[in-house]
Amino acid sequence: MSMMNKYLDLRKRNLQDAWYRAKQMRVCYLFLLPFAVLFVTFYILPMITSIRYSFTYYNILEPARFIGLANYINLILQDDVFLISVKNTFIIAVITGPIGYILSFMFAWFINELPRWMRSLAVVIFYAPSIAGNAYFIFGIIFRGDVYGYLNSFLVRTGIINAPILWLTDPKYMMPVVVLVLLWMSMGTGFLAFVAGLKGVDQAQYEAGYVDGVKNRWQELYYITLPNMRPMLLFGAVMSITAAFSVADQTMALCGYPSTDYAAHTVVTHLFDYGYTRFDMGYASAIATLLFITMILTNKAIQSMLKKVGT
Amino acid sequence: MKTQRAAKIQSIANRRKPNRSRSGDAFIYLMLGLTALIMVYPLVFALAASLKPLDELFRFPPRLLPVNPTFDNFADLVVTMGQSWVPFGRYLTNTVLITLLGTAGHLFVASMAAFVLAKYNFPGSKAFFRLVVVALMFSGYVTGIPNYLMLTRLGLVDTHWAVILPAFAAPIGLFLMKQFMESIPMALLESAKVDGASEWRIFWQIVMPNVKPAWLTLIIFSVQGLWNVRAQTVIYSEAKKTLTYALQQIQAGGIARTGQAAAVTVIMMLVPIGIFILSQTQILETMASSGIKE
Repeated sequence: MSMMNKYLDLRKRNLQDAWYRAKQMRVCYLFLLPFAVLFVTFYILPMITSIRYSFTYYNILEPARFIGLANYINLILQDDVFLISVKNTFIIAVITGPIGYILSFMFAWFINELPRWMRSLAVVIFYAPSIAGNAYFIFGIIFRGDVYGYLNSFLVRTGIINAPILWLTDPKYMMPVVVLVLLWMSMGTGFLAFVAGLKGVDQAQYEAGYVDGVKNRWQELYYITLPNMRPMLLFGAVMSITAAFSVADQTMALCGYPSTDYAAHTVVTHLFDYGYTRFDMGYASAIATLLFITMILTNKAIQSMLKKVGT
Repeated sequence: MKTQRAAKIQSIANRRKPNRSRSGDAFIYLMLGLTALIMVYPLVFALAASLKPLDELFRFPPRLLPVNPTFDNFADLVVTMGQSWVPFGRYLTNTVLITLLGTAGHLFVASMAAFVLAKYNFPGSKAFFRLVVVALMFSGYVTGIPNYLMLTRLGLVDTHWAVILPAFAAPIGLFLMKQFMESIPMALLESAKVDGASEWRIFWQIVMPNVKPAWLTLIIFSVQGLWNVRAQTVIYSEAKKTLTYALQQIQAGGIARTGQAAAVTVIMMLVPIGIFILSQTQILETMASSGIKE
């Protein structure tokens, strides 16, 4: 009993202490306030609302009706298209996520070895595709299904194929094309963080490394560079996971919406379908919630993996 | 022993990278060169296509570079947009307005929050920042629907504020700014405090001028997002729609509009790429502090 009292006393004291400090730091909260209000209104509350709606039937016109887990059960047991979209998103995320991430790091590392003026040019060239608006639209012309498409025309002329291939409408080719376009765009924010992080590694550590017998660039990468880069690697992972799981714009622009046989249908496209076309907000929210949970879990797993890097 | 070691350090310091093999360098240059070609090809392709006259766009076999480059596609674009129900200038004004206001507000609001999160330790600060890191993972689509309902309740649907206000609190901006501000020495702030400066003065006259590289980074991320915003779900009056929305209608115009669509693509990519080229050094300086510390 006295233990309990002591514990409660301690808690109370901690709370009082926190309250006292909070009062002392009043001005800090004032600085934080504008951001906090907007952030909670437009990011946190919507996320919570989304989770709440996922347990309801809600079509905007009528008030939301609680239906328990029905949305989730329907999604997993009844909705074949959802399963296709999960499969596609999974393929996209597993291929473009890690490969894009590793390529970003590799090229950032290669670029770091270049002389100064070449470095700036290379950074622009590699980073440009990810910020070039919807320049991926241009792949629609390159991969056009008729003989005027650039790839088709090239392949027909060289005699590799004798009839044009419907790159963007034939389910056999849609996913590879999409993956290719996404890899092209994958040198984004993470890549930039890597380039900057590599530049910032303390030169003295490399010099110490030479003396201590780091023989080649691979050893240097493993023993000096990677451990120094851990914070950037964690940040890059968050960015690349988010990007890999929320693919939709590119598939919709290139393969159409809906795409042939749903062959390029992703989870976000499915969400878009129910949320903005069919106005089944509860169902769309359930999709959003599942996607979000998957992203958080993947992130946790990757972060704990990356923490072991170079140790 | 000690002098021997010092001599070794000296001799190593004279060479730039003593442990690099020639063949390794060659491999790296080759890889970079080839990949750079692949990366740049589609962008050059877009630029070339936008400069091709009609007969060259559909020439068989097609060729990459235009033979008789012309600005016809851009001129046609102006004509097409001129015939639209709402004048072209209107879309442009909307986008410029959204981009300017959204970016300025974001820079200000996010910097204020980043300042206290980076430099003071107050109850709840750590938890709040962790929440921001989680929010880096919210993609627009996931929160899109409840966000729409929220905007409706606030009466902001079909106004530009529906795009501008959420942009103020974009988590990536706060994140980068906070990480960058941590490098400002606390002693600098404390000496100002001793001299009797208020928190506001410290923020406005000491911290903000010291984080100019981070401004540019926030600006490019914000501009890049807002310049490309379509916002077709929250803005439905034609006169309030954005440039990107209008331009994408042209891109969706099918084969007959291929040339104009390429012109659109070029216009849309030039702004963010241009800003990046101009501010690369400062952006990289900010990104150097971007890591997530454990």
